[in-house]
Amino acid sequence: MTTLPLAAAQASPAPFAVELVDIDKRFGPVHANRAVTLRFAPGTIHGLVGENGAGKSTLMSILYGFYQADSGEIRVRGEPARISTPQDAIRLGIGMVHQHFMLVETFTVLENLLLGHEEGPLLGAAKARARGEVEALEKAFGLEVPLDAVVSDLPVGVQQRVEILKALYRGADVLILDEPTAVLSPPEVEQLFRILDRLRAEGRTILLITHKLKEIMAVTDRVSVLRQGAVVAEFDTAQTSQQAIADAMVGKKAVLTLDKAPATPGAPLLSVQGLTVVDGRGVETLSDATFQVRAGEVVGIAGVAGNGQSELLQALAGMLPFNAGRFTLAGTEVAAGSGYDAAKARALGVAHVPEDRLRLAVVKAFPAYQNAVLGWQGDKALGGWKLDWRKVMLKTAELMERFDVRPRAPSLRTSLFSGGNQQKLVMAREIDRNPDVLLVGQPTRGVDIGAIAFIHRQLLALRDAGKAILLVSAELDEIMALSDRILVMCGGRIVGELPAAEATEQRIGSMMAGIAEEPAGEGIRA
Amino acid sequence: MTARGADGRLPWWATAILMPVLNVAVALALSALVILLIGEDPVGALGTMVVGAFGSGTGIGYTLYYATSLIFTGLAVAIAFHGGLFNIGAEGQAYIGGLGVGLACLALGGWPWWLALPVTVLAAMAFGGFWGLVPGWLQAYRGSHVVITTIMFNFIASALMVYLLVNWLIRPGQMSPESREIDPSLFLPKADEMLGALGLEVANSPLNLSFLLALLACVAVWLYVWHTRPGFALRTVGANEDAARYAGIDPKHVIIITMALSGGLAGLLGVNEIQGVQHRLLLNFPAGLGFTGIAVALMGRGHPAGIVPAAILFGALYQGGAELAFEYQTISPELVIVIQGVVILFAGALEHLFRPALLALFARRGKTKPVEA
Repeated sequence: MTTLPLAAAQASPAPFAVELVDIDKRFGPVHANRAVTLRFAPGTIHGLVGENGAGKSTLMSILYGFYQADSGEIRVRGEPARISTPQDAIRLGIGMVHQHFMLVETFTVLENLLLGHEEGPLLGAAKARARGEVEALEKAFGLEVPLDAVVSDLPVGVQQRVEILKALYRGADVLILDEPTAVLSPPEVEQLFRILDRLRAEGRTILLITHKLKEIMAVTDRVSVLRQGAVVAEFDTAQTSQQAIADAMVGKKAVLTLDKAPATPGAPLLSVQGLTVVDGRGVETLSDATFQVRAGEVVGIAGVAGNGQSELLQALAGMLPFNAGRFTLAGTEVAAGSGYDAAKARALGVAHVPEDRLRLAVVKAFPAYQNAVLGWQGDKALGGWKLDWRKVMLKTAELMERFDVRPRAPSLRTSLFSGGNQQKLVMAREIDRNPDVLLVGQPTRGVDIGAIAFIHRQLLALRDAGKAILLVSAELDEIMALSDRILVMCGGRIVGELPAAEATEQRIGSMMAGIAEEPAGEGIRA
Repeated sequence: MTARGADGRLPWWATAILMPVLNVAVALALSALVILLIGEDPVGALGTMVVGAFGSGTGIGYTLYYATSLIFTGLAVAIAFHGGLFNIGAEGQAYIGGLGVGLACLALGGWPWWLALPVTVLAAMAFGGFWGLVPGWLQAYRGSHVVITTIMFNFIASALMVYLLVNWLIRPGQMSPESREIDPSLFLPKADEMLGALGLEVANSPLNLSFLLALLACVAVWLYVWHTRPGFALRTVGANEDAARYAGIDPKHVIIITMALSGGLAGLLGVNEIQGVQHRLLLNFPAGLGFTGIAVALMGRGHPAGIVPAAILFGALYQGGAELAFEYQTISPELVIVIQGVVILFAGALEHLFRPALLALFARRGKTKPVEA
């Protein structure tokens, strides 16, 4: 009797831990996943890489039941599975460790692990039993966690271990880790990798989402590359290189053509010396950045998201205090701890189009004309003690005409404009102030094709008018199309500089991945 | 805003007029049910309330006198609300503001009222403003939430006033903790005196010059919030603190200034109560009008043009309610407070109760026009 199923199992190859077959998902006009098929073998660590917005997180959210795929199938251990809530996923042995931990900070570790498994109104018995089981798990996987410590007292690395332990305690065979190292210090990363090795040795399957190719090379068995929602490459880690993965990530995209006159750079308008930002965890998110932006040139900053570009832009804009270094704007030196803020930045001729438009650059609830002066509300031309809204409205109408903001309705609530038109409004506001230095982050994120070309032309026109532009973008094409010089950042440092003419996606890509291609130090400090 | 807020929009009149009217109507219907339960005639009772509030010169005078205080506290709550701050402490700020007015009046002796008024107004705003500024500072620099601190400050204000009145300000040889009366030359002119001087006979009531001060405060708040730079900064901080920092606005400063202004507006209640009506310092003169100011601000949608009618409505509830308790033996003052409470509940706390239903109704009738290009 028992031999029959056994024979059947031997006939077919060992089933995959999880299979995603033809997964397709759209959010409105955004095609987040295009017919994605991925298979994860049990007892392996599988890396998932791709640029921001490539669809990695969406895919994992579908597997964990946060989203439903529009079409496609999920199979767990060979069986078709319907996962419509995270509870379904947990029942099927899939656990997830989020980038932002889902822990009750005021509870102890044990209480957090017990959450959802209380089994009745009195906790005593359940707690005692859980303690035994958890201690066994800790021993099995080398996860050291003090069970009676309050979560908020624990360092981030330990909190993450609590999350892993929580998933294992709920019976996870398959563990999804979303950017697990983004919040960790290097020794904590080492520790995490040792734990992952141990889990693999015990036959668990791990899906690792990350930006960092070094980590992929260090721990994974296989790696899948996503680009624009589709799987573009899969490698056995042992038989590939960071270069090959980086090439696949960046890919060959349609090159934007722009009529760009050669730059005629003048005197430096922005000189940065050793700028360093240390975050709340004591990690240097920006290390010793030194460069210049001259009048009449666009300097682009390329890098995988989270490698210090945002911190650089925000520090220069007065949004983020910096810990060391200094920079010179319009002949005025700004040092660390000098109380530099956004108002002072504007007074020194800086305009700023922030990366996070909706959170920073506009107040969505305001009518458009009020956002058209946000940041410049102190301008004496806008009236005396009483703001002359009529004047502002006329000015806004003029800006909307010039920058083709649609609809041309200054009193319409800002949230009712499309993302691209909000961006054009922000761009109009900042460029119209005729700044000496324009800091631009993600100028065309979420903007449609037509508006992209328009925004690019406006930026180049500002450059040609003899202004300095510092551009941060996740779109490599954009950096290459607009910049006269390209700085590449990795791990909070500027790791290389290329003149636009010599830049190729492959060269930038490998620098972004932190692969030293050549001694890069020379050009930077020029 | 709720998740629904962004896509589902109602025409302005549905939000500004229809919803408050619906809320009040439901509140009155529920009150009628309560009156019916204790065996009285709800229609008659409602009639008594309306006539009590608006049926006579004295009634109208009392209604507007209550409304005066409610406009001050309503504006106080509203201005803080625009800065994203929920000031529950208008009661205590009004109490301390009144202390400022009383002390100024006691100090100024025989000054004529018109000369003393700027001083008492400043004293009211300074004292009330200080009582708002401290919670504001605590929120800005120490992260203590103003909801908690302002509630606590109400208790502190209450205890402080008892201490001052019992130990320092009490008129010697008197049992009740009240100060001596202020000089009659400082009394603010009553409405009947002012209108009488113009040849208009109106009934005697506590309504006084402070009502005009309240209307002036409405104009000032409207100008400040919507037409000045600090007002722009205030609204930006209230709507999106990150955007405020991007715009070079320091949210900490804005929070402190706003709480001080809010407290100052609440403090003006003291001008009405102390210099206008009571003419001496006594215990508990804000009498809950600071708390009712929250309902007034919510019902008035934070705009002076809405706060004035909302304040008059609640003033009418106070006055009509007093009349009701007087006329009907079975309706005790406590029951009147229940009725007022029900209205506050529906107009204030449940202000969005009918929003989903109205949204559905308008959506079905295709009345929510798409935004024209």
